[in-house]
Amino acid sequence: MRPFSFQKPGSVEEAVAVVEPMGVAGQGGAFHAGGTTVIDLMKLHVLQPPSLTDLGGVLERGIEEGEDGTLRVGAGTTMAEAAEHPAFLRAPVLSEALWKAASAQLRNVATLGGNLLQRTRCPYFRDNVSACNKREPGSGCAAKDGINRLLAVLGTSESCIANYPGDWANALILFDAVLETRSGGGGREIAFGDLHVPPGEDPARETILGDDELITAIRLSVPEWASRSVYTKVRDRDSYAFALTSAAVALDLDGDTVREARLAIGGAATVPWRAREVEDWLAGRELTEDVAVEAGRRAFAGARGWGENDFKIPLGRDTVARGLMEAKAMTPRNSGDSQ
Amino acid sequence: MTGRIGAAVSRIDARKKVMGEARYAADFAVPNPLYAHLVTSTIGRGAITGIDESEARTVPGLREIFSHANPLGLEPDGMFSTGGHAQQGWEPFAGPDVRFYGETVAMVVADDILAAREAAKRLRVAYSAEAPAAVFGAEGLEPEELPDMALSSGDLDAAMEAAAERVEVEYDTAANTHNAMELFATTAVWSGKDLTLYVPSQWVEGFRAGVASELGIAPERVRIVSPYVGGGFGGKGSLYTFTPMVAAAARRLNRPVKLYVTREQGFTTASYRAETQQSVRLGARADGRFTGFEHKGRELSSRPDTYVVNGADKTARMYHADAVRTGVTCVHADRQTPGFMRAPAETPYYFALESAVDELARRLEMDPVELRRRNDIDAEPVNGVPYTSRSLMECYDMAGEAFGWRDYDPAVGSMRDGDWLVGWGCATAAYPTQMAPCAVRVHFDRTGRARVMVASHDLGTGAYTVIAQAAAEGLGLEVDRVEVELGDSRLPPGTIAGGSISTASNVSVIQIACERIMQRLGTTPERIDVAAVFDAFGQGAIEEYAEWAPRGSRPNARGGLYGAEVGIVGGPEEEYTAFAFGAEYAEVRINRWTREIRVPRLYGAFAAGRIMNEKTATSQYLGGMIWGLGHALQEKTEIDPRTGAVMNDNISEYIVPVNADVMDVRAMMVPEEDTLVNPAGIKGIGEIGIVGTAAAIANAVHHATGIRVRHVPIRVEDLIGTG
Repeated sequence: MRPFSFQKPGSVEEAVAVVEPMGVAGQGGAFHAGGTTVIDLMKLHVLQPPSLTDLGGVLERGIEEGEDGTLRVGAGTTMAEAAEHPAFLRAPVLSEALWKAASAQLRNVATLGGNLLQRTRCPYFRDNVSACNKREPGSGCAAKDGINRLLAVLGTSESCIANYPGDWANALILFDAVLETRSGGGGREIAFGDLHVPPGEDPARETILGDDELITAIRLSVPEWASRSVYTKVRDRDSYAFALTSAAVALDLDGDTVREARLAIGGAATVPWRAREVEDWLAGRELTEDVAVEAGRRAFAGARGWGENDFKIPLGRDTVARGLMEAKAMTPRNSGDSQ
Repeated sequence: MTGRIGAAVSRIDARKKVMGEARYAADFAVPNPLYAHLVTSTIGRGAITGIDESEARTVPGLREIFSHANPLGLEPDGMFSTGGHAQQGWEPFAGPDVRFYGETVAMVVADDILAAREAAKRLRVAYSAEAPAAVFGAEGLEPEELPDMALSSGDLDAAMEAAAERVEVEYDTAANTHNAMELFATTAVWSGKDLTLYVPSQWVEGFRAGVASELGIAPERVRIVSPYVGGGFGGKGSLYTFTPMVAAAARRLNRPVKLYVTREQGFTTASYRAETQQSVRLGARADGRFTGFEHKGRELSSRPDTYVVNGADKTARMYHADAVRTGVTCVHADRQTPGFMRAPAETPYYFALESAVDELARRLEMDPVELRRRNDIDAEPVNGVPYTSRSLMECYDMAGEAFGWRDYDPAVGSMRDGDWLVGWGCATAAYPTQMAPCAVRVHFDRTGRARVMVASHDLGTGAYTVIAQAAAEGLGLEVDRVEVELGDSRLPPGTIAGGSISTASNVSVIQIACERIMQRLGTTPERIDVAAVFDAFGQGAIEEYAEWAPRGSRPNARGGLYGAEVGIVGGPEEEYTAFAFGAEYAEVRINRWTREIRVPRLYGAFAAGRIMNEKTATSQYLGGMIWGLGHALQEKTEIDPRTGAVMNDNISEYIVPVNADVMDVRAMMVPEEDTLVNPAGIKGIGEIGIVGTAAAIANAVHHATGIRVRHVPIRVEDLIGTG
């Protein structure tokens, strides 16, 4: 293991002042919260930061409920805490996307801020040997013609087909979330939908965060009707597996007619992927099985398979259709109901 | 008396394991060790052109770098199948050649583990690379037909011609990696000319002989210690190259050396279950009676080594057939040599056989259980050799009754439940009853305590417990009065822990030792009064050393015990055909949208002669069935055809079942008495549980969906349209 220094700042201000840039744009510096990504990649020597800036005890932790369904989530809140929080249980997609992710042990330490920045599981990124534009800009992409069963079909480029592996971001993106960040230059707010950057020609850059920029809190607004919401996750085993495809769905229904639909796709895209055109198309329609199937088709209209992962296109369509029909079949909670 | 043969005794080593007191090979602390770390190749075929050590040498604490440029002077001992004890037939440091991706090209030794790993990372190995042929379909594979292993009886072509219905299909199985919880490791300590090795082992006798031969020293100078094994599954049954390397490095550096092999390296420096391609032709008359059966397999191996499991030798003995033909081809590729993995021959080949039987039942419009019943036999069809016992249909009846098979509606898709497509399937499991010569020392004293000593192994299977039960039975003691020592090559030679042979062999020899003790003490287990018989005996303790060789062993097989000879006999033999049998039923549920396959019920019934311990036996069966579930739906070692690299060399992406996947799994036992197999009447249960599961699940998938998937694992993409 490469020697590195471990810094224990006493505050967020100190953390962003002392963090050393990792040298790859968009990684947000070598911060260490739960460590479930950064330590893993350090063991593989994929990441070799000169120092880790530990955020233990520094990051805001917990969920505050405001008026009108607004929530403020401390970036240091663990996945396990959030999955069980009453505010998240009221919009099941937020809770399900958390407890269907990873394992109990990981959820107990992984933080929500870090979870949003989870790195890809692309084996060519992780093997530290193969051509990978994300790990070594300009080296090429071994995944395009390789073992790419788990990789992306949406948002890819000739430079990179690595998928965004996380789950919770796909639920969060439904709720017009805003990130509060801090960096050496002060604080700012970022619309969550703008955080991740599709690979394009520069897959090493994954987010718009600066090297010393730290997510400190997440604000989101959860409408009461989001009690009709699901996270449909298709995977190779029933627990502790990354999504092959997933659909985050929230529905506002008037009888069988869609007042408003929100839809995001996971497992199959390079970034958390909100399907706004499909949402617009669904609005005002009676949600039948045919409409759900057509919504799935539209959600993957621009998809491109790379061989082994071709099946993710039909599977993704069906995942969307299943998610919509499962959400429709739900009996939403009454307002004011809480656990 | 409690805790004797057959009782559901809890493992006598359970408390030690739960309390962390059971020491596995890597747990043994040795004074002042150095730490080794392997460096593995990043090409799939070619040669090392240079090793730049300059950067690695800057790491503080580095001691030495071994490679073909600084070899360890080891001589290959030879593969298991050629009479040696090693998993592969060549020594990695013998020259610059690279024969597969992930082959050991160097071993770094340093003062501590972090320095060793860091230096290993900083070693710059330059290669001249060629395009490898690492998977089926690649150009440059070298098929080697093995006609000596083929079987033929009757006129197959005529028999197929006479069939009213026939299936002629191909089946494929994927590469699998053992991934035992316990990683591979070796610690070597020299004391003068004596070497002690702590290494996870399913065969301490073989490891001792193999290491001695590779180092060029006498076997009696070597001691292998492996009292507990954290999962073997066949993966720790033959000697890997890194173990003698560590021993030689310790000798060279005059310090103990300890090596941990990482999870990733375990995928390539150890063995695996190779991919197979199989063709099956099976014909039947209108009444279901089989006319002809042909089963041919192609199996991948390394370039230098010929290794096949040849499961058609077993599938050919399963059912009636007027004519039988089998064949096997070893396909040499740029890959590691494969090796044993739980039911090595049966797991892939019964998937093909039992899928084909199901396909034929469909063509005949016959219940698949009934089709098997009509082809049930008393003697295997190749040479007409009778079975010692065969309770196959009793297994189908018992498990089928519990499962509710009488409600089976064969129409595809007939059992839909809302959004879930439900299917039922069944398959036969079978495993040859095998044994090997072994020895034991039983010590018994006036305090009423006994100690059983044998170089056998407990892989988590319950061997400590059933051995104690056998001695308790033979000496008339409570089981908690018996201590057991295993996993040390200083003990009387035991068998390899493979081929489901351990219990049958150990119990047979323990019976002999105990009988002799009873004779010498002039008593019987039923009426022993310990204090009185020892007073009469005139000595406070007695010891008996016994040997046993199964019927069918070569002459003087007991002598082979002292030369690490394997000596396995059984299965299809000249006089008798000995198999354990089972029947497995699976229910699958498949989401109609997204096609994930779940297995809410998996029921198996097994007949394996005398059961030593209902509790540990149940665990063995359940473990096998659950692994079968993973084999059917999840496990696949993903090889990049361009490089030969394993792309899922971790237990996150190498998927095995988790608790959520395992629902109602039941193992039932059909009582069976078989006095012909061995004096103990034991058939062995370690492997049979996995054998029928994949086909049962595949057949259920067909019943649910109408889609016949002829490969494993069966995954979502096999059931989803691509439109």
